[in-house]
Amino acid sequence: MAGSKEIRTKIKSVENTRKITKAMEMVAASKMRKAQDRMRASRPYAEKIRNVAAHLSFAQVEYKHPYLIKRDVVKNVGLIVISSDKGLCGGLNTNMLRLSVNQMKTWETEGKAVTVSAIGNKGFGFMNRVGANVKSHIIGLGDVPHLESLIGTIKVMLDAYTDGEIDQLYICYTRFINTMKQEPVMQQLLPLSGEQLGSPKGHWDYIYEPEAKPVVDQLMMRYVESLVYNAVAENMASEQSSRMVAMKSASDNAKEVIGDLKLIYNKARQAAITKEISEIVGGAAAVA
Amino acid sequence: MANTVHIDVVSAEASIFSGEAEFVVAPASAGEVGIYPHHAPMVTTIKPGALRIKLADNAEETLIFISGGLLEVQPGLITVLADTAVRGHDLDEAKAIAAKDAAMEAMQNRTSDMDYAKAQAELSEALAQIQAIERLRKNTH
Repeated sequence: MAGSKEIRTKIKSVENTRKITKAMEMVAASKMRKAQDRMRASRPYAEKIRNVAAHLSFAQVEYKHPYLIKRDVVKNVGLIVISSDKGLCGGLNTNMLRLSVNQMKTWETEGKAVTVSAIGNKGFGFMNRVGANVKSHIIGLGDVPHLESLIGTIKVMLDAYTDGEIDQLYICYTRFINTMKQEPVMQQLLPLSGEQLGSPKGHWDYIYEPEAKPVVDQLMMRYVESLVYNAVAENMASEQSSRMVAMKSASDNAKEVIGDLKLIYNKARQAAITKEISEIVGGAAAVA
Repeated sequence: MANTVHIDVVSAEASIFSGEAEFVVAPASAGEVGIYPHHAPMVTTIKPGALRIKLADNAEETLIFISGGLLEVQPGLITVLADTAVRGHDLDEAKAIAAKDAAMEAMQNRTSDMDYAKAQAELSEALAQIQAIERLRKNTH
């Protein structure tokens, strides 16, 4: 029985791989549900703060926030890249990074310098490897996004915008459409456009306490942070569903490979038996 | 319906409270503010502290501790945008510096400027792998 032991070992090893991918699939499935819940939980805040920001941008305020003012000449562009910390999630990060690199290339040909801020290990590693100007990063966010851990990274970019180091700020992440479909998107964060905020229902001016400037400053900062937080939450939901699908197909593939290998193994076994029988019959015929 | 105002307390990570209130006391940065229904539109920052809400159908006050944020009063609607973390200018600054330093350190360990050819090559390689796997899967089915 030539090679039958090797085939048996191979079957065993593929079976083990299948067990792992199956387990990862189930883990991803349960994490995906939680990630989706978190994504939905962050929506009310985003909606409310957008409403307030819309009101403020339309209300006649003596103070106009720099985030709302469009700059005529755009020389430097900032980009926040949101990726996953871990791999094995299909084309999620690759597709997102492809979109950002293409956009960065376009900016470069237009003579704009690009500064990158990376959230997530995969994007950070990639940007660093290929030599992008990474100004800040945060990795190891875990499964639950916490706004607290994102503040520093976002603030670096916001400060750069306020100081005039960058004139526009973009964000690139993977939008969650449904379990089977995720899509990389690129959005402009700063300056905030009027269309983004939408027009408010009703019209009134506020009483500001203590003064307009600090209140508006704080509000605008929170607004941008909430947008980034939302993007991170959505990216995490995308990551888990993408991983679930990738691991499911890996398990299916392993199953198929096992089937093929078993067929080969049985054929080899049968061939060996047939050979033995014909040898015995041949020997008996020679004696008789 | 009694004379009430709708109040929503939300944070970036979760929706905390929503309901009809008769009276709300919030720790505004300029001092505590009490808000009755039909208050004039107002926006204010709030300090870490307790938010007290007197509900329409409950004699007891509901207490919610928040670590700062913003309070907005619209006609017929109060919105509290609560922070999830304790914030302060110095704290934020420290976090920003930490994020910057980490990136600087990582930058020092590598060479040259952004190499688009290299980036593209790496990406197409990864993408080709994924596509190959997908093709393989389709063929075997």
